Amino acid sequence: MKDVFFRVEGLTKLFPVGFPSCPTKEALQYLQAGMSRTELKEKHNVLAAVQDVSFELKQGECLTLIGLSGSGKSTILRCLNRLQEPTAGKIYFQGEDVTAYNKQALLNFRQKHVAMVFQNFGLMTHRSVLDNVCYGLEIQGMSLQDRYDKGRSMLELVGLTGWEKEDVNRLSGGMKQRVGLARALACDPDILLMDEAFSALDPLVRNDLQFELLCIQQKVGKSIIFITHDIDEAFKLGNRVGILKDGKLIQLATPEEMLAKPKDAYVSKFINSVDSSKVVSITNIMEKPAALVRVAEGAHLALNSMRINGVSSAYVVDDKMQLLGLVTLDGVLQVLDNKQSFANILIEEIPVTDTPDQPVRSIMNLAVHAKYPIAVTDKYNHLRGIVTKAAVLGALCGKQQDGESTS
Amino acid sequence: MTSTFPQVGDLGIATQIDNFVYYLNVNFSSAFGLLKTILLAYVNFLQGILSFLPWWLLLLLIIVAGKKLRKSWCQGLVLAFLVSLIGVVGYWQMMNETLAIVLAAVTISLLLGFPVGILFSIIDDKYFLPVLDAMQTMPTFVYMIPAVMLLGPGKVPAVLATVVYAVVPLIRLTSHGLRNVDAAMIEAAQAFGSSRWQVLWKVQLPQARSTIMTGVNQTLLMAVAMVVTCSMIGANGLGMEVLIAINRTESGRGLIAGLCIVIIAVLLDRLTQGLVVQGGKRT
Repeated sequence: MKDVFFRVEGLTKLFPVGFPSCPTKEALQYLQAGMSRTELKEKHNVLAAVQDVSFELKQGECLTLIGLSGSGKSTILRCLNRLQEPTAGKIYFQGEDVTAYNKQALLNFRQKHVAMVFQNFGLMTHRSVLDNVCYGLEIQGMSLQDRYDKGRSMLELVGLTGWEKEDVNRLSGGMKQRVGLARALACDPDILLMDEAFSALDPLVRNDLQFELLCIQQKVGKSIIFITHDIDEAFKLGNRVGILKDGKLIQLATPEEMLAKPKDAYVSKFINSVDSSKVVSITNIMEKPAALVRVAEGAHLALNSMRINGVSSAYVVDDKMQLLGLVTLDGVLQVLDNKQSFANILIEEIPVTDTPDQPVRSIMNLAVHAKYPIAVTDKYNHLRGIVTKAAVLGALCGKQQDGESTS
Repeated sequence: MTSTFPQVGDLGIATQIDNFVYYLNVNFSSAFGLLKTILLAYVNFLQGILSFLPWWLLLLLIIVAGKKLRKSWCQGLVLAFLVSLIGVVGYWQMMNETLAIVLAAVTISLLLGFPVGILFSIIDDKYFLPVLDAMQTMPTFVYMIPAVMLLGPGKVPAVLATVVYAVVPLIRLTSHGLRNVDAAMIEAAQAFGSSRWQVLWKVQLPQARSTIMTGVNQTLLMAVAMVVTCSMIGANGLGMEVLIAINRTESGRGLIAGLCIVIIAVLLDRLTQGLVVQGGKRT
């Protein structure tokens, strides 16, 4: 057992629900005698949130656990650092039994060896960004100067340099979670526990953070246990993926193995249903237009905007963000040479879609024939973003590949 | 047809309580004497400081406090002007006497109410809430009678009676503030290995600061509200002035003294409101 990094054996967690509920020890015996989860709940008012879950985590590995809500995934995670006491089962960390730790040893384990990132961030609103990041170090008793140095380097790692003194209430969701991640990494933990860490974020930000987590893991080589209900996220991040159902671990395998050999109908249904229901919509692949000018601002600003962003066309809107058209670099240069007026060079015939919530497939034809990126507007012609040809094709190809490998 | 509750007869409870108070008075007079000496020294010490301060220095302090706590010179000036009116009508010394009793009662309330509030946030407080209700609603004179018997008339029972009445909102709001801290924040603190004290000290108290400061503010105002009642057991000051005016049916004198009490209340309220607002922000 000594050489094993982190191992969970027969983890079980029972909750009393309703009244009268029988003692959890007694309920555990019923469960071990083979009573079903439903029967236990109906007869004894005890919920088996986690049943006999065992797995091993290797050093530097990212393990994702996925399940529907109520499948016990968050409870498992909280049992691992004993924020919730396991009813039964053992947790071994570097040969030591975590479930047998006394109070002081448990605090030490939480301070030095595991850190947690939460779905709703769990940031302390009375502290600045830097003081939030340094919280764990403060609890460890590190001196102010040392922990600020460490905290700053962590903020740099998650790309938040310059935000140290900011009030956490003023950050966007994505930035809050970067702070949460920095706070967890600052303690230099052996294991990172992530509880639906990116679920509260919008798809674009989620993609960014997933990518950054992968980069950071490459850099610092932490072991991660990542909880999610999003199968795409699970497959993207996990070296191995575990599927949970009703508190039981149904299958734990690498994504490839799971796609090739789903253990039972539930697993294959889970993979398929999520894939087919998750049709990529236009909003998912929409980008912000790099160059955008108001019609009143004129040719000089349009040129400047294109130069800064390194593109050869700019979208033109009126004061109310209503889309008027597009100007090209050539056109703008002609205006500046006084050969044309700004109104004349405005190209109004550009590909536009006003149905951002439709699947990407619906604009495939438009994308094939478009000379410029497709502008996405709402019903009232307000510009919301643009979709490049590459993004459309990328989305369609990505989907096709998934479909092939699951069939 | 009326129905009457069946007569049980005299249970003698009242007599037994009387005997108990008498027993305390006879057997523990030295203990109560010590308590009286300490409290009296404390009130006199506060009053000594207030009387020692020249009037202009106090007004200056009020202006500075207004600037510090309310972030506005204007508010400080208005408050100082109002307080100077008390001096103008000739009640400066009485104001000091009243303030001394109020401040003594409030500081003792803080010392008691704060730890008890923390305790109530941890334990199941449903058995103790009726006690708090009783402290707030029991007619003050009911416990003033034994207090006067045990401690004699004057400032000391006045301070104690004020504490009993004024400490309650601090206990309630401290407990309420600590209980209502976002559970996710506490969980995060625990996940990083904070001990119970660290969670309280580094998360709960700073988060509850605004609510607790509201409790301090309420305690202050309730202490000021007790001033007239306390004058009935011999506490000098503006309350006594109101009481004399009532007895002699001198409307003008009563109204002026009453307005002075209002000014003190406004002063203390505005200054501590500043603490509440500050508590809400990150410093």
